[in-house]
Amino acid sequence: MPEKKMITLTIEGRQVSVPEGTTILEAAKQVGVLIPHYCYHPGLPVAGVCRMCLVDVEKAPKLAPSCATTVADGQVVHVYNDKSLEARKGVLEMLLINHPLDCPICDQSGECELQDYTYQEGREDSRYREPKRFNPAEDFGGDVVYVPNRCILCTRCVRFMDDVAQDPVLNVSERGDRAVIGKFDGRDLTHPWAANVVDLCPVGALLSKDFLNKARAWELDRTASVCPNCTQGCNVMMETRENQVVRIRPRPNEYVNAYFMCDWGRLNYRWMNEKNRVERPMIRQAGGLSPVSWERAISAAAASLKGRRVFVAASPMLSNEALFLLTQLMASGSFRVTEGDEAPLPGIEDLALRRERAANVHGAEALGFTKTRDLLGGLAQGDVLVVAGEDLAGIDPAALSKASEIVVLGSVLPSGVTNPAVVLPIANFAEEEGTVTNLRGRVQRFTQARQAPGETRPSWLVLGDLLGAMGKQSSFFLPSDVFARLASSHKAFAGLSYDTLGFKGLPLATAEATGPKAPLAMGLA
Amino acid sequence: MGYPHQPHQRETTVLSRYFGDAEARTLAGWKNRGGYQALEKALAMAPADIVNVVKESGLRGRGGAGFPTGMKWSFMKPGDGKPHYLCCNADESEPGTFKDRELMRWTPHALVEGCAIGAYAIGAETAYIYIRGEFTEPLHWMNEAVKEAYAAGIIGRNAMGTGKRIDVHVHKGAGAYICGEETALMNSLEGRRGNPRIKPPFPAVSGVFGMPTTINNVETLIAAIPILMNGADWYRKMSLSNPKSTGTKLYSVCGNIERPGTYEVVMGFPFRDFLYDVCGGPLPGRKFKAVIPGGVSVPIQSMEEAEATLMDYEGFVAQGSMLGSGGVILIDDAQSMVAVIARIARFFAHESCAQCTQCREGTAWTTKILERIRDGQGTTEDLDTLLDIAEQMTGKTICVLSDSCATPVVSGIKKFGREFEALIQGRTYVSVMEAVA
Amino acid sequence: MPPAPETMGGPESPDYASHDHAAHAPYEPVFVAGSASRRELDELIPRYPQKMAALLPALWIVQRERGWVSNEGMAEVAALLELTPAYVKGVVTFYTMYHQHPVGKYFIQVCTTSPCGICGAEDVVKAFVRHTNTGELGVTSADGRFTVIEVECLGACGFATPVMINEEFIESVTPAKVPNILAALK
Repeated sequence: MPEKKMITLTIEGRQVSVPEGTTILEAAKQVGVLIPHYCYHPGLPVAGVCRMCLVDVEKAPKLAPSCATTVADGQVVHVYNDKSLEARKGVLEMLLINHPLDCPICDQSGECELQDYTYQEGREDSRYREPKRFNPAEDFGGDVVYVPNRCILCTRCVRFMDDVAQDPVLNVSERGDRAVIGKFDGRDLTHPWAANVVDLCPVGALLSKDFLNKARAWELDRTASVCPNCTQGCNVMMETRENQVVRIRPRPNEYVNAYFMCDWGRLNYRWMNEKNRVERPMIRQAGGLSPVSWERAISAAAASLKGRRVFVAASPMLSNEALFLLTQLMASGSFRVTEGDEAPLPGIEDLALRRERAANVHGAEALGFTKTRDLLGGLAQGDVLVVAGEDLAGIDPAALSKASEIVVLGSVLPSGVTNPAVVLPIANFAEEEGTVTNLRGRVQRFTQARQAPGETRPSWLVLGDLLGAMGKQSSFFLPSDVFARLASSHKAFAGLSYDTLGFKGLPLATAEATGPKAPLAMGLA
Repeated sequence: MGYPHQPHQRETTVLSRYFGDAEARTLAGWKNRGGYQALEKALAMAPADIVNVVKESGLRGRGGAGFPTGMKWSFMKPGDGKPHYLCCNADESEPGTFKDRELMRWTPHALVEGCAIGAYAIGAETAYIYIRGEFTEPLHWMNEAVKEAYAAGIIGRNAMGTGKRIDVHVHKGAGAYICGEETALMNSLEGRRGNPRIKPPFPAVSGVFGMPTTINNVETLIAAIPILMNGADWYRKMSLSNPKSTGTKLYSVCGNIERPGTYEVVMGFPFRDFLYDVCGGPLPGRKFKAVIPGGVSVPIQSMEEAEATLMDYEGFVAQGSMLGSGGVILIDDAQSMVAVIARIARFFAHESCAQCTQCREGTAWTTKILERIRDGQGTTEDLDTLLDIAEQMTGKTICVLSDSCATPVVSGIKKFGREFEALIQGRTYVSVMEAVA
Repeated sequence: MPPAPETMGGPESPDYASHDHAAHAPYEPVFVAGSASRRELDELIPRYPQKMAALLPALWIVQRERGWVSNEGMAEVAALLELTPAYVKGVVTFYTMYHQHPVGKYFIQVCTTSPCGICGAEDVVKAFVRHTNTGELGVTSADGRFTVIEVECLGACGFATPVMINEEFIESVTPAKVPNILAALK
């Protein structure tokens, strides 16, 4: 591809050179100036309707919409001069004349762009003395409810459904100040990616039913993570309140998920808050399982495994780190994966809710685990069976009888396992740090979003201690240490480290493609 | 012709010559009156030569903006390998304007001919005539004329036997003022909401169906016929004022005036003579109070301004307004300017497409304040607020509907502020009228 | 002073009124194969390089055949032109001439925009409402014959007050002429 011509301009006194065709709004981001905007979103076609991003370009007769105006050599752009500020103040006042002042009961409050910009640049009072227009809230189907009184008609939702989901079920109905976002009777927002309209909505007009009245935005803790619910590996923020995961939202990554995530991944988080957990290490004693200290449990597990042939039934939800450590103690290992229908997001290349509904299918395979429908098929008579993160749901208990002994690493006791030698409680995906490898071979970090209950420990820590107790290696202090060991012993992971992965990940050396072939033009959402 | 009246001796009837002449509506009648000779002549010329003649004539767009027509046509690059389109803007939605209605209902073949000439000149094989849905009679006659022209081989695959393809289609609107805005018209033609588009890209680069497009008003396209027949010089000489405004112009005259109708005068005609002589002046016992000379979007003129105006593009600007669409609305001393302006604002609030914030919210807000003042519930802050809103609505949106709503508010408060103030001070309408008399 | 128009354009106007569609007879498709309407549409489509451009004409045909454009009508047109019903609804609600609910046999539109407004259009509206026994704007008379609405600019300002009754355009209507105009309607 030929190099694009570079254009140099001045924005708020700062010179910037950007490729020809870049908009003033995107160019401004590069010099740290976020021009206020509503209808513009880097993942959607430009509409240019909210008129919030008007800026003063010297020598231009009128203020220019920076989202729709491309840069030109020598332009001098003022974002914060009186003319631009007055225009934005005007837009904010207009947007508020029919907007209810119901921030105290609005889910968007605290993460509302209308609230933010009004606070920053708006008038202190309104001059509007007339009755406000009223329209009742409407269930749009799926996870979405529409509150038209709060709507600013930015049309992000309509453009997402039209151009990205390519399922035009939303429209702008009516004209003038009667206009609302509409849909057709009987045709709901049931597209598997439809809930993105809630994230896209800059105000509290489109709300998640799942999140409705659950928490105020300022009560949430946010953690950069990866969605564990399929092999796509969409980048997400896990949001917790009082140690409970209450919402998952997409985090931009042009190589994986652009700005979006599917509804399945988004809403499938309740298992992370599972209450019925194994919370203390236990060993088998007369009278059944008894809680013991971690030291005793690790020793007991080491004793059970040492010198025996070990078969691991692992979960593909486990991190690369945990799976790698498991390979150090096993003779062979298998995993199974739940499947569902693939559901692509047509507007973004190579982005879909994948058939395989687990985070680390590719990592498990790359590390030597066998993907199978017959999870215990590889279990030989007399093997020690290590059940790692697997709940064994639907497995015939008779298949377990081949095992001479069973050691459990998990957050619950697997079904059919009545009398294991040792139970080592490990954190679930939301409770620990690590990496997973997506279906295109991209290795991505996830971090701890909530505290694990009781005495539960991260999987990498438990396995590191176990291997130490077996005399195989010393313990690890951090998951990055485990990853460093993994990278030095597996060719595919060579050269990768937590530092180089950052929070957008990197492809395995062996990976051919990494999601969208040409990264999208990405900017801050 | 001062249809529905007899032509006034001071009119120059070029385009309106056959108003009221029912025979001119048919193909045979039109041909008897010299129809389709200009098209025949055009088809024998090189398109660039037609563009040049129109350029030299000084013809400017008659829809409102007054852009030089020949220059607009010259933006269409021949041989770019893309289909070109001509759109004829027959939406005539600007209140006060009904000249295109008369052109289409009396001389429908003139528009077919004008479209065919325009299409050929810009390298288009297809012309769409977008007619507002309310124009049932013009739609009827235009459909008939197109049918006749196809049947006679004047348009179609082999227009007038020249081997050139020129299709002309009538497209019926469905009730939306904004579809008179050129990019909104294109969206509407494509089967979309009539939302104006951001420019650039301009229609000559990416217009209807994403292809190079020229869009011209009905009167503009029809004016090309006499220009081709009589030459650029003949047209250019029809001006009593300045060389930038040439030819004749149709005016729709309405409101509180003795002889409302459609009139045709040469550029530079004295507005005072036009109003008092040609159109018969005010109704008996009344006085003119104000004029909106170019459709409700242009600034309101006081009578002092109006009476000093020479009727051309520059002349109206010099006297505080614009020629616009030539829709002349007379307001007499029996009317409340506040009520008139409130009603104009209500029109724009009804017609705003809802895209841009300032327009969607500002037109409705303006209307609510004006109606409150009209109803005697105004406050002293209201006028400042109105002017401030008008400022926010000016020059900040995709199209000028928002500006158009602000214009009569600003000019109305500036020129007739006493009526607003008197109403705000709690006086009755009658006493207000006495106060300002 | 001309009285103020009370009900133009707001959510209360008939353009925006929501009606219970369930009460009406089952929808009969307009564009069945072999029908005149289908032939008409099939002839219209090739006039444009994109099928979608036939949307406004197709909706006009539905309104002509069924008297209004129902949700079912929108869905039928959407399927024919490869659009979604929601898209079509967005378009229908933009244009004020498509009826989104049934109207009287005679749909009477009186222009009250400024130029007509200052020539007494309000009185013409009142005369129509009174003589049709509709009682108020946008409401269909009990006998189903009349619906009267105010409309924005009909583009015949020199012939104040212009009135459209269905497809018929009547110029220079005054309150005094209203009874005769109505009497002439069969």
